Amino acid sequence: MLREIVRRLVATIPVMGVVAIAVFALLHVTPGDPAVIIAGDYATGEDIARVRTKLGLDKPFLTQVGIWLGGIARGDLGASIYSGLPVTTLIKQRAEATISLTLLAMLISIAVGVPVGVLAAWRRGSWLDRSVMIFAVSGFSMPTFWLGFVLVYVFAISAHWLPVQGFQSIERGLWPFLRHLILPAITLSVVYMALIARMTRASMLGVLGEDYIRTAFAKGLAPRRVLVRHALKNASLPVVTVIGIGFALLIGGAVVTESVFALPGLGRLTVDAIVRRDYPVIQGVILIVSGVYVLINLVVDVLYVVLDPRIKY
Amino acid sequence: MASSVPSVNTELAVPVIAERLSRGGRLRRFSRRNPTLMLGAAVMALIVISGVSAPVWWTGDPLAMRPAERLQAPSAAHWFGSDNFGRDVYTRTLYGTRVSLVVGAAVALASLVVGTSLGLVIGFHRRLDAVMMRVMDGLMAIPAILLALALMALMKGSVRNVIIALVIPEIPRVIRVVRASVLSLREHTMVEGARALGARTPRILVRYVLPALMAPLIVQATYICASAILFEAYLSFLGAGTPPHIPSWGNIMAEGKTYVQLAFWIILFPGVFLALTVLAVNLIGDGLRETLDVRG
Repeated sequence: MLREIVRRLVATIPVMGVVAIAVFALLHVTPGDPAVIIAGDYATGEDIARVRTKLGLDKPFLTQVGIWLGGIARGDLGASIYSGLPVTTLIKQRAEATISLTLLAMLISIAVGVPVGVLAAWRRGSWLDRSVMIFAVSGFSMPTFWLGFVLVYVFAISAHWLPVQGFQSIERGLWPFLRHLILPAITLSVVYMALIARMTRASMLGVLGEDYIRTAFAKGLAPRRVLVRHALKNASLPVVTVIGIGFALLIGGAVVTESVFALPGLGRLTVDAIVRRDYPVIQGVILIVSGVYVLINLVVDVLYVVLDPRIKY
Repeated sequence: MASSVPSVNTELAVPVIAERLSRGGRLRRFSRRNPTLMLGAAVMALIVISGVSAPVWWTGDPLAMRPAERLQAPSAAHWFGSDNFGRDVYTRTLYGTRVSLVVGAAVALASLVVGTSLGLVIGFHRRLDAVMMRVMDGLMAIPAILLALALMALMKGSVRNVIIALVIPEIPRVIRVVRASVLSLREHTMVEGARALGARTPRILVRYVLPALMAPLIVQATYICASAILFEAYLSFLGAGTPPHIPSWGNIMAEGKTYVQLAFWIILFPGVFLALTVLAVNLIGDGLRETLDVRG
């Protein structure tokens, strides 16, 4: 098993290499001189020249790629053009809000999505099943930021139960932290929850038709035990896959959710960087986020082996 | 998706009965059997009509500012209220439909055409395939919205550039679907037969492989369309999409962001339209998937 994990880990290296080069190449595939674009509309020739030297755009392309990859290997993602701070520092400052938001949203989605999907499959065709399916389709079509505003309007502006926006670090206590995070996390979780519920239902329906499920019910096991131990365990592979792949949705949603709730996270960092054309920051955030995505899917691959011993790489 | 060989349509097995039904009867029967598809199509038809013929539906000038009428609640004069420049939100929302529909359709079509052509070639070249799939894995690891945002940061805000920024992240995803089907079709007897008759690769791709790919691709296109409509709104909402002088649901809501407490209607109505449109496209996708019997 350890050997398989190491093998998978090694296999992610070329993927990350492609990500790193793609993120770098972005700057060069778009039309126009990147130095001119980054320097902005009111830049003088001097500004443009400064940007060009600072980003190393005056060097040959392959040298630039080499410098970029070498920096990544040393954990150096360059410095922000706007503030001059190292990109890694900026990312560390903003990581807490984004990690808290996505983790909480992920927890909510799994905690609701999986049981709801199991119940819908068990009571196929019932009103419960139908409402779960309606929720799954409409939740998946929901514009995240709009849902955020509706929740803010209902729970914060009209009812005054929760704060409108802002973020409190967990160091200030668990309750203030959760109070500020609950609406954004629910907002963000809806799309992901819909996806998980739908996949759980579909996968469970496939398993519930099997003979061993009939046997388990026939020998008088409690439905709960049959559903969880016999059915869900065998239906869990596609669910785990969708949790891994759907993480990309969560990241995309986090960017807009942070903007709605004024959370100081990576999404806000990116959006601010885009307005300022602070390209090193944009590249750094994309690289880190994609790396996390690859890692999560690596964990999913390893989970396969745990969930289904028949799988061998 | 691995074995998407054209399936046998059971309805065609009884052509005599099908012939006897009148045209209207056939449509009724079709919609009874495909309620999801018909519901999606009906909602979509309403949205397309309202967007295409926006000037007809008692709208005004979407850009006309009336400072005296700013931030008014929904009323007989302003059905969806007015924004902070006194512009009519109903008019702007209806005109905003156009941007969403154009972006959704263009992104779906362009990513399908480019992705399919590349996917066919890559799937048929064993050596190219091994390298390109590693590259595709890498490109797909970059979350689509971040990639689109980064591309928009380097381009001027325009509808055309939004389309480009949304097509690029979709292409590797289409390539993967096409390539997976091509791999299984490559070994199919009909391809073997065509080869035995002396058909060359381009002919096999166009005459044998492409038609078998149509069903999964059409379904894929509807999902791309739905997510493109959402992403256009996200980009415009974040200020990196459709420029302010063209009303789009995303930028109407972006301008309403500051007035959530005072004038919630600026966000509410365009959002309802956006959610309904995406829902309709997704329903069409789900319906088509059932009707065309596409797995995956």
